Amino acid sequence: MSDITKQSLSELIKNIKDKKLSSTEVTKAFVERSEKSKELNAYVTDDFSAAIDKAKRFDEKPNLDLKLPGIPMAVKDLFCTKNIKTTAGSKILNNFIPTYESTVTQNIWNEGAILLGKLNCDEFAMGSSNETSFFGNVQNPIDKDLVPGGSSGGSSSAVAAQLTPITIGTDTGGSIRQPASFTGIVGLKPTYGSCSRYGIVAFASSLDQAGPMAQNVKDCALLHEVISSYDEKDSTSIDFKRNNYSNELTNNIKGKKIGIPKEYRVDGMPKEIEDLWKKGIDYVKDCGAEIIDISLPHTNYALPTYYIVAPAEASSNLARYDGVKYGFRADGENLIDMYEKTRSEGFGAEVQRRIMIGTYVLSSGYYDAYYLKAQKVRKLIKNDFDEAYKKVDAILTPSTPSSAFKIGEKTNDPVSMYLNDIFTVPVNLAGLPGISIPAGHDVKGYPLGLQIIGKAFDEQNLLNIAFAMEEKINFKNKITDWWIK
Amino acid sequence: MSKDKSEYLINRKDNQYEVVIGLEVHAQVTSESKLFSTSSTKFGAEPNTQVSLVDAALPGMLPVINEYCVKQAIKTGIGLKAKINKRSVFDRKNYFYADLPQGYQISQFKDPIVGQGKVILDMPDGQKEVGIERLHLEQDAGKSIHDLDPKNTFVDLNRSGVALMEIVSKPDLRSPDEVNAYVKKLRSIMRYLGTCDGNMQEGSLRADVNVSVRKKGSKVFGTRCEIKNVNSIKFMQMAIEYEANRQVDLIEEGQSIDQETRLFDTKKNETRSMRSKEDAHDYRYFPDPDLLPLEVSDDFIEKLKLEIPELPDEKKKRFIEKFKLSPYEATILVSDNETSNYFENVIKKSDVKLATNWIIGELFAALNEKNLEITESPISAGNLSKLINLIKDGTISGKIAKTVFENMMEGDKDPKKIVEEKGLKQESDPKALEALIDKVIDDNREKATEYKSGKVKLFGFFVGQVMKVSGGKANPQIVNEILKKKL
Repeated sequence: MSDITKQSLSELIKNIKDKKLSSTEVTKAFVERSEKSKELNAYVTDDFSAAIDKAKRFDEKPNLDLKLPGIPMAVKDLFCTKNIKTTAGSKILNNFIPTYESTVTQNIWNEGAILLGKLNCDEFAMGSSNETSFFGNVQNPIDKDLVPGGSSGGSSSAVAAQLTPITIGTDTGGSIRQPASFTGIVGLKPTYGSCSRYGIVAFASSLDQAGPMAQNVKDCALLHEVISSYDEKDSTSIDFKRNNYSNELTNNIKGKKIGIPKEYRVDGMPKEIEDLWKKGIDYVKDCGAEIIDISLPHTNYALPTYYIVAPAEASSNLARYDGVKYGFRADGENLIDMYEKTRSEGFGAEVQRRIMIGTYVLSSGYYDAYYLKAQKVRKLIKNDFDEAYKKVDAILTPSTPSSAFKIGEKTNDPVSMYLNDIFTVPVNLAGLPGISIPAGHDVKGYPLGLQIIGKAFDEQNLLNIAFAMEEKINFKNKITDWWIK
Repeated sequence: MSKDKSEYLINRKDNQYEVVIGLEVHAQVTSESKLFSTSSTKFGAEPNTQVSLVDAALPGMLPVINEYCVKQAIKTGIGLKAKINKRSVFDRKNYFYADLPQGYQISQFKDPIVGQGKVILDMPDGQKEVGIERLHLEQDAGKSIHDLDPKNTFVDLNRSGVALMEIVSKPDLRSPDEVNAYVKKLRSIMRYLGTCDGNMQEGSLRADVNVSVRKKGSKVFGTRCEIKNVNSIKFMQMAIEYEANRQVDLIEEGQSIDQETRLFDTKKNETRSMRSKEDAHDYRYFPDPDLLPLEVSDDFIEKLKLEIPELPDEKKKRFIEKFKLSPYEATILVSDNETSNYFENVIKKSDVKLATNWIIGELFAALNEKNLEITESPISAGNLSKLINLIKDGTISGKIAKTVFENMMEGDKDPKKIVEEKGLKQESDPKALEALIDKVIDDNREKATEYKSGKVKLFGFFVGQVMKVSGGKANPQIVNEILKKKL
């Protein structure tokens, strides 16, 4: 077992269950590799020695009936973890240590997994390149000075670089799927209401969803099965029958109807993306599924709608970071002065930009023109999907309009940065599940992803289609370990 | 200022002004735990000991509606004869303050849980209906304490997240007296329902008072000022009186009134400007995405209707019809549930007329003097009922009964025992009384002669003497009869 970190989650679990590997061996292997990979800047906080201790304790009394027996795992630093610093990538929470655990991470620890550390992300999950983090850029293991995507950039980098066998991210407008696509891994954004938002630092409450990021679809299905649960502590959590997604996974998708939305052929889409999409269509056909052309007429309005709804909710969600109760505080002459200094110094530029946009669109006199109208358009976008799903079982699109870009390439052009989310955002607005799977490479050898969008609560079908395609695509990520000296 | 029997008007030179008042009452919902968290709502705890992660707005914490508070709000709506909205929405009211941990208050803006209703006031000159515009649920904020330290403000979050009902009246009130009656009636209804204890000292009931004035006969509303957060009925009345006169003075001077928020300074007895309309907060209300719209079924509402007790208006009607009380007596006895319960317990075994008089007269006066609520009355309903029976069957006179009553106020003793122990039983034996009367006449020969010669007024003197000699125990009726014969 020389290269433990190269094994998939499923392989690791099998080896631990077969007692060919101990949790300690596995944990140590990932800790060692993580320590050698500091240059990627994937971690904000590590908990390595505690992780090894926990692994030893697990090995003393191994419970092999658990779904993640003694598996080490790093998680996005947006999940509150008890007694472990949780920053959301922000200076304003740089000293914040929760006394509580998020439901999603609790579900993971309940199945025997062990926390390795907290992974870097865009500040409050606002960004598509992990460049807005107070803790600096994250490197994409694919190539030096390449962004890993965002906001779950630390997560995508860590899985692709095998610093953790698997991880969880959060997705508000594409924050799981876009970084997954940029790093050649699988990322699932579940149906809204599937995973509890309790204990996740909120960005935009009506859009935020946690989800798994993995090396393959089977691992992804297994982790989804662990994290998806009904939670009374989240009023938007939905009590529906959840599958044993990994056990019920099948590559038999014969007769499934897959929709191809014409509106996703956007102006200026690179040819390699167009080609990838065509290849995707062929793979689906090879699997015995049927391709149907569909229309999602309001697609064009998704991005502007998103950039009203998400900042509006964020401007209110982030009001609690005021220097009064916890987190960073700058001294001020009086209360207002303290607020202004705390929030000016504590939040980065992108977060401040979105708070300003959000405050503006909710202001009296503008509310109807922006927020209310955006809500109406959001409904129309959802209706588009409802109409389409009368004819098809799932929808296939590219995950992103391009492959990963260079660090610094788009930081001065927020709109071009926002355009990265053009294919992922409608899915959040409609509350649907979407998965990005690696499907090919561009001319530079950078990974490209395809997105499958499913019906609400139909994650099983979504995972099955992804599983079948994965087999046909047979993607190999090109990681050279360039950062390890 | 003139106080016509029915009209409260402010007089200036040639003009008479009418005052228009609307109230936004903030009533704390009676519940064990807060509106969106499980922490306790108990009053008087050490600062910051009843604060959950949700109340302190820690990252990732989410509100979960307390169903009991929803039931309480709906019950109150039913008590206000109001429309219950089967679908209502919680909104965020955004503003920054140190005692508002979330940076927003969860409230209901466009779609409140309760719509239009009404409250009937019993005024001295008849009934008056006051319209209710709406009732909505919202969170209370914490408390900022500014006077513990010269430089710092302390924050107590025990109240943060406690459920409040904001009950908004229509601008139907026209005088401080009506405001008094309105707040008392509202409180009475909520106490009957058990939805708000109405304890103003503990801040369970406070109001924002909207005041405007207009020339008598005008149908157009004047510009209103809102007096924020007044926490006693007396202060509401004082604030209205001051504010109405201030506005009238401005108009008389030819000035206009600015729509603004004002504060009532209870020490100086005046209102002063807090912020103008231009400075008004833009609260950026929007539906709280952490909470789904609140939907209640017809069945849910119907079940709550079954839990509604007899309310003051219905009880009053019953008291008048069944017990032949005057509207005045009935109004007083139904003013709160405890009083009416006490009354109904007393009359189970005693005379209604006597009981009514004794409760409204002696008992209320005595409780008032000791500053006690009816629930704290030293005299139980059972013993008061015994006392009334002793009067009714002639065992003691009304006068002696007062002495017994005073004794009972010292501790809940059985009046029969007091009468026995102190030998207060009324003397009704004609033979014994005859002996007494003979002695009185004998001792007052001259007066007896005067009486017989026509000075009939002296009869009262003889009755008084007999009573005095008997130590107040003589049965006055029998004394009268015997005296008439003897003289």
